[in-house]
Amino acid sequence: MSRQMGDSHRRFLQTMMVSGIVDEQEARTLYKHCCETHNTQCAPDKLDDFIDTINSKLQPMFMQIRKGMSEDSGQQYYALVNMSETEVTRMSSDYADNELELFRKTIELIMGAENGKASSTDILNSVDSMTTKKMKKSETEHLLNRLVHDKWLCEKRGEYTLSTRCIIEMEPYIREMYQDQVKVCHICHNIAFQQRKHR
Amino acid sequence: MSVHCFHMLLVTSWSPVYISSSLPSVWLLAYLITTTRLFLFPLLLLDLHTWLVLLPSCSVSGHLQRVAMTQRRRLSNTQNSPQSRQQPGTLMAQEEDDDSTFTQPSTSQVQRGLEKLTPAQVEQKTAEVVQYFLVKDQKKIPIRRADLVKHVVKDYRNIYPEIIKRAERTFDQVFGLKLVEIDTKSHSYILINKMEPVVGASIINPTNPKMGLLFVILSIIFMKGGLVRENLIWSTLKKLRVDPGEKHEEFGDVRKVVTDEFVRQRYLEYVRIPHTEPVEHEFRWGQRADKEVSKAKILEFMGQLHEQDPQSWSQQYREAHSTPSSSQASTSSQR
Repeated sequence: MSRQMGDSHRRFLQTMMVSGIVDEQEARTLYKHCCETHNTQCAPDKLDDFIDTINSKLQPMFMQIRKGMSEDSGQQYYALVNMSETEVTRMSSDYADNELELFRKTIELIMGAENGKASSTDILNSVDSMTTKKMKKSETEHLLNRLVHDKWLCEKRGEYTLSTRCIIEMEPYIREMYQDQVKVCHICHNIAFQQRKHR
Repeated sequence: MSVHCFHMLLVTSWSPVYISSSLPSVWLLAYLITTTRLFLFPLLLLDLHTWLVLLPSCSVSGHLQRVAMTQRRRLSNTQNSPQSRQQPGTLMAQEEDDDSTFTQPSTSQVQRGLEKLTPAQVEQKTAEVVQYFLVKDQKKIPIRRADLVKHVVKDYRNIYPEIIKRAERTFDQVFGLKLVEIDTKSHSYILINKMEPVVGASIINPTNPKMGLLFVILSIIFMKGGLVRENLIWSTLKKLRVDPGEKHEEFGDVRKVVTDEFVRQRYLEYVRIPHTEPVEHEFRWGQRADKEVSKAKILEFMGQLHEQDPQSWSQQYREAHSTPSSSQASTSSQR
């Protein structure tokens, strides 16, 4: 059931476009705030319906607000993801081709690791096998910082993991590319990287 | 404390009384401003545009998914060509890459073009155009029609007006944004926000400090009649510990941000004053500021700041309330 979009939906969407990802509490607060601003009815248990309405209108543009869970906290998150697969998307990306290649390599490293982590040293070493323009050490560090800032990767003590936002958005890609290596949690059937206990 | 400092800044801008004192940096000011409800309102008005800043990052997965698709195809050796009733754009006799050779197709041409395409094809192309705009516009540099046609529209150029019309509708209905052609000569577009800013909206998104800086500059220009010599801007910013000659902790090369970045984004115009030696420039509001920023709201904010009725600035009040918000505001100076 998809209703028409109102200003409350648009405001919610605009905020999602800036944040990229919000946790469940933030989403509820935002939902309430948007409805109150535009004098729309707001029932706490109707958040998902509200988002479904937005998604039905985003679908032609291959965008979606998707729900996912953080591996660290077990918390629910909502992320705005792009599922487009055309040339346009590639050109429209904020990242250069070689930056994307290195990001892909980083994902490979993380996927291949038992603990779901990649060290900065390993990432720097993988520059050697790049087919696009190789990046200097400083450029690599700058890129990694940017990826962390844009919430694609998490960094702790020099080791990088995939962020919740990344996992939510990349899930179809990761399932496809790493069919053999992907570990799936038997309970919730979500992809598991770090082998944490199920909540 | 912050109100007091800002107050002093503005008083020095347009009153003969010179007040010298140590003032906090604009960044600090902007931060303080955002935490005080009083100033939240007009500041958010400008900040709305930074709301699109993270969207391009979404495209990362799109790229990776394409890589996945290419690799999968290579492995399986089967080609899946997209469904199409007919190759679009066969009306065009030759390849036209330049916008200089792009002529707006007539209504009948568009009609004929549409007949040869499936609704899905047109919808897909519209979606690509929407995505392109969203991503490109986040840099706040106007999007040229030539680039749009060359990189995205391509073979569908014969139904260009229809695609733009649908894109406009999508921006309006789905995103609450307005697609505006700000330059009818070079055919450039920007996206502006249709929705009013709201107090408390910055709960989730912190304000971009550059917007604070921009807001200060726009306010000065407006209160001074629409045109100011650059020296006034620089000296005022210096008082706020934002020195164009030095690298600023938050803004970096201040001069570059103000005269290059803000100008490219069409928030400001930086125009040379003829016959000046050494060369001097003046600042005006840019086209984007004209469209996005409400002068009435700036005046209202000034009123709250000085605890005065906005109407006490009769000239500015007249200008703020004389033109409807959607049209170009007058930039003539009356000093």
